Amino acid sequence: MSESLSETTPHDILATAAAWRGAGRGVALATVVTTWGSSPRPVGSQLVVDDTGRFAGSVSGGCIEGAVIREAVDAIATGRPRLLDFGVTNEQAWEVGLACGGKVQVFVERLGS
Amino acid sequence: MKSAVFDRLQALRSAATPVALLTNLRSGQQLIVTATGSEGDLCLDVDMIHAAQEAIRTDESTSFETPAGRIFVHVFAPPPRLVIVGAVHIAEPLARMGALAGYGVTIVDPRRAFAGSQGFRDVTVSGDWPDEALEALVPDMRTAIVTLTHDPKLDDPALDTALKSPAFYIGALGSRKTHAARLGRLAALGHEQTALSRIHGPVGLDIGALSPAEIALSIMAQITAVRRGGATRA
Repeated sequence: MSESLSETTPHDILATAAAWRGAGRGVALATVVTTWGSSPRPVGSQLVVDDTGRFAGSVSGGCIEGAVIREAVDAIATGRPRLLDFGVTNEQAWEVGLACGGKVQVFVERLGS
Repeated sequence: MKSAVFDRLQALRSAATPVALLTNLRSGQQLIVTATGSEGDLCLDVDMIHAAQEAIRTDESTSFETPAGRIFVHVFAPPPRLVIVGAVHIAEPLARMGALAGYGVTIVDPRRAFAGSQGFRDVTVSGDWPDEALEALVPDMRTAIVTLTHDPKLDDPALDTALKSPAFYIGALGSRKTHAARLGRLAALGHEQTALSRIHGPVGLDIGALSPAEIALSIMAQITAVRRGGATRA
């Protein structure tokens, strides 16, 4: 319980990333870099993902995490960073949206590129 | 992110150094910027380094456009701090709520019997006299200070020191009558009315709190309202 709580704070996401990397796992970081409207998590919010799709933290409160994790696993495999756009007005690009009507941009990068 | 950049970022953060990580969102190239310098493989004009340093100063992540792509400035500031004077029954739930809200919490109480008798996890406990403890902590604009002892010998020196600091929040437990008497003593120490009005007293939002946990909740809610500019700043 205390571990999952501590992992929700931005300062501990990077510590989690360091621990996972230290354990020999492939790791990617996803970071909210832009928000418009009523997005659920502020700029700077982070998610850490490993090569099996395990994750800690959040970039939206649940709406887009699944898609971000898929991209993160791919970024770990290829080493290619990417900028993802999410929002209800961008349905053609992504099948997932933010139910609250906000828009958010998430940068995904492999740790140890 | 290169391992060297990540390791440097972690080292600066663990040293409580405010730092910004700059990322070119097109290329992924990065630069670490602190108040005193920069390092990394992302080349930027000195104007942009200065803009990143301003972002560090205001503790606000941002981004700006350059011909080479958009640059995201991710500010990592040390956690805000909550200093609680008095290891009394309200201190424990307040310390726990403060830690949950992301604050680095310190409880100050020179009365050893108090500080030792409570189960304070993940909290720094200082047994120094409150004014000395606060001076050593150097409260800044990201520090909240709450006095809970009801004892003028402990609360007054703490508030006297707090008022000389730029702490964003100062709160003092006690009834309206107690608080009026307290303001009179602090005025006698030379504090002006405008300075005294910084003290939230009786402390906490008026939510009819009764139990220690409820009172802690009302205090934490008030600290949050002041920090985030919420509508309820009572």
